[in-house]
Amino acid sequence: MDKMMQLLKLLEKTDYIEINEFRMDFDELEFHLMPAVQQIVGKTREESIIGKEVIPSTPAVGEFVPPVHEYPGKIAEVQLGAGTRQTVYLGGQRALYRFEEPQPNPPVVTFDVFDIPMPGLPRPIREHFSDVMDHPGDWAKKAVHDFGANMVTIHLIGTGPKVMDKSPKDAAADIEEVLQAVDVPLVIGGSGDPKKDPIVLEKAAEAAEGERCLLASANLDLDYKKVAKAALDYNHAVLSWAITDVNMQKTLNRYLMKEGLKPEDIVMDPTTCALGYGIEFSVDVITRTRLAALRGDKDLQMPMSSGTTNAWGSREAWMKKDEWGPTKYRGPIWEIITGLTMMLCGVDIFMMLHPLSVQILKEIGDTFTRNYLTTKVPDISEWITQLEG
Amino acid sequence: MIVTAMDVYKLLPKTNCGICGEASCMAFATKLSEKEMELSLCTQMMDEELEKLKNILAPAVSEVTIGTGDKAITIGGDEVLYRYELTYYNPTALVVDVSDDLEESELEERVKTIKDTEFERTGEKLTLDAIAIRNKSGNSEKFVETVKKVKDANLPLLLCSFNPDSMKAALKIVGSDRPLIYATTEYNIEEMAALALEYDCPITLFIPNDLDKMKELSNVLRSKGIKDIVLDPGTFVDAGIGDSLDNFIMIRRQAIEENDEDFRFPIMGVPAVTWISSKEDKVTTGMREATIAATLMNKYADILIMHGADIWELIPVLTLRQSLYTDPRKPQAVDPGIYEFGDVNENSPVLMTTNFALTYYTVEGDLKSGNVNCYLLVLDTGGRAVDVSVAGNQLNAKSVTDLIRNSGIENGVNHQKLIIPGLAAPVSGEIEDESGWEVMVGPRDSSGIPDFLTEKW
Ligand code: B12
Ligand code: SF4
Repeated sequence: MDKMMQLLKLLEKTDYIEINEFRMDFDELEFHLMPAVQQIVGKTREESIIGKEVIPSTPAVGEFVPPVHEYPGKIAEVQLGAGTRQTVYLGGQRALYRFEEPQPNPPVVTFDVFDIPMPGLPRPIREHFSDVMDHPGDWAKKAVHDFGANMVTIHLIGTGPKVMDKSPKDAAADIEEVLQAVDVPLVIGGSGDPKKDPIVLEKAAEAAEGERCLLASANLDLDYKKVAKAALDYNHAVLSWAITDVNMQKTLNRYLMKEGLKPEDIVMDPTTCALGYGIEFSVDVITRTRLAALRGDKDLQMPMSSGTTNAWGSREAWMKKDEWGPTKYRGPIWEIITGLTMMLCGVDIFMMLHPLSVQILKEIGDTFTRNYLTTKVPDISEWITQLEG
Repeated sequence: MIVTAMDVYKLLPKTNCGICGEASCMAFATKLSEKEMELSLCTQMMDEELEKLKNILAPAVSEVTIGTGDKAITIGGDEVLYRYELTYYNPTALVVDVSDDLEESELEERVKTIKDTEFERTGEKLTLDAIAIRNKSGNSEKFVETVKKVKDANLPLLLCSFNPDSMKAALKIVGSDRPLIYATTEYNIEEMAALALEYDCPITLFIPNDLDKMKELSNVLRSKGIKDIVLDPGTFVDAGIGDSLDNFIMIRRQAIEENDEDFRFPIMGVPAVTWISSKEDKVTTGMREATIAATLMNKYADILIMHGADIWELIPVLTLRQSLYTDPRKPQAVDPGIYEFGDVNENSPVLMTTNFALTYYTVEGDLKSGNVNCYLLVLDTGGRAVDVSVAGNQLNAKSVTDLIRNSGIENGVNHQKLIIPGLAAPVSGEIEDESGWEVMVGPRDSSGIPDFLTEKW
């Protein structure tokens, strides 16, 4: 996958990455409640303005009617997790925005975990996980227990012929370890090697039979039929990955459905180009994909995924440069804004690395399932004087 | 609402007289529909058609100008909901606030920070656009004093006070500079509207979370003859951001799809409010503010008031703005060919890159900051990055060989060595075979070029 390439690149950049510890306390957030009754200051609205001619072309005041659209299409709801797993649902939308109809399921974040120690990960991530990097099971446990991960992605990056060339059997053992360690649903990722990935994913799928994992990924450069078959044989879903191209995505989805997968078994990855590295291409492609789906295109009515981790490959996220301020702040923001932008275009599941980025993204995503005007919002009517400094 | 060239052409004189500078009325119509020419260039129009054309060419979201002279900014002007349908116009203005209760030295420093904020990306200098002066003290004399001091910064101003007396006093000083009045609410609409008319300044309507009322009061302002309105439906942080997003999106849909005159105005967001409720440390609060700014910018904010002015917080927001507002119809490319850096002679190294603007300017920045003396050959890949054009086969043995032959570099240096980007390594062998030059594979990131040359050249 795309992000895998990035991570491999990061491994080479270790010298540049320099991020230190920082923490966040979320319990301390304070809400200002809405004032129960707003004072009405009676002011008559006469049309008398001193010193200026007034054009009295009073336009008719129409009523405000929320611009709610009807959509013929519906996004498939994909279940991840079964058997000994908790379940998570993706997609299911029948509208573009929450004021039209809130999403049935909130966006989900899946934490990246690796089958090898990954010394080249950005320091802020290494810092959180350095004690568990030798064992993918422990790593996954920490992501779930300490950072509230709803899901974990286990990247079998060590199976890459140029990485450690681990065998499919080794991969299956790693999968078993992670399945034992946590009960959240898993995404199972290959190393990005088109020859080996299908074989590795097949073995991994077998090891996780009945647990309904997401196999990442099927694409046009590899034996996608093998991946589709593994999913069907062992009850998993498939990530359908196309590179920033709506037509390529349609074709691949169609091929996968020909193999017997249903829309409920497919999640699309239309490719996340990071902030500053072509994010506008992803914005366009993802927006078009979701709109086409809601307008009725059956080949695109699946939830979408984002390899948000790509953000860490942007120079602004990792490069040490005093004029840009500390990298330890830039990295997480880069990841948040990359993911957030994708989320606002309709993406349902995010592969991410940094705990704070995950937290902030989830908080915004959780609002997507609520109805318009049902949240207590702070009183900002005096913000000009309330704001200190 | 996208206006087609045909819609425009129908109303033109169709005489092809050429006075506008275009060969035909159709050509002029095309340029007009793409906003590349001014309607006034055709002097042959009849009044009735002229009026009609003005109407159909008026953007769905009206343009509002803040400030005067070369620093003035224009916001609004959008025609579509999604950038791929056309393009977005007038990048979101980024404004940072100053409070009127700052110590003199603090104020000076903050204004300087705002003025000096600059981040260079793809050959463009990204900067902040305006200063919002906040009447925190509630006192009109203090407000006026601050306005007087900030005026010299020579940036467009937003005057922030709900108190009409403070506003009036400030407008006496800077009213002729077209500051944006912030804000009229349901409680001060008469006085503020009168000031907007008296000083001919744009005005913000601030109605948190109530689009019914916003529509009603926008209508009131319009019926008074006010044309330059900015809408602030309230920025809420934490779980309230959902309502803010809904409000922003509904306003823009009303403007573009429903042609609702009361909503055809630029939208303002105020990420600065993040700092009011935050009990978190400054860094986390800054990250949250940047997140709110990015959220609203993605969904139609035309102007944003920020409080945090740290560069690390602004860089991602500036970058997002540049990305969202690139024109999807145009490739982001520089001219291909041969470029020189520093002092070059016949022994200078020859490097190669592609003509994607982001790639070229990234490499250029690294060569300059590393004080490298070299030739840089820029390959026409149709504006694609290095690995993209390797994958898409625009960067191949033949295209690189043609570049070497046609650029004249062979007469400029007395060696035949070409340094290619690390990401082009897969094609290094074929380039050697085809061109006869020795190919050296450079580092994967261009920031490594200076060290690479020190070691290997
Ligand atoms: C944005 C993007 C696109 C955009 C294009 C944007 C553009 N104008 O180029 C779109 C969506 C159109 C696109 C299309 C495709 N893409 Co694409 N795309 C990307 C993405 C996400 C970012 C590219 C980018 O902007 N990089 C930033 C620039 C600045 O990097 P750069 O040019 O490489 O420059 C750096 C270095 O090379 C170096 N450098 C540059 N010059 C020099 C010079 C010297 C001397 C030295 C030493 C160093 C040096 O320093 C620079 C700064 O770091 C990458 C993934 C990634 N890298 O994150 C995939 C990626 C490049 N794409 C990929 C692919 C496969 C494609 C397609 C073939 C997909 C398809 N089948 O349609 C097409 C090809 C289109 C074509 N060529 O005809 C693959 C390539 C895989 C591979 N290596 O084989 C990638 C890596 C994604 C992936 N993991 O699969 N893509
Ligand atoms: S000036 Fe007017 S009439 Fe003459 S060619 Fe141009 S558009 Fe046509």
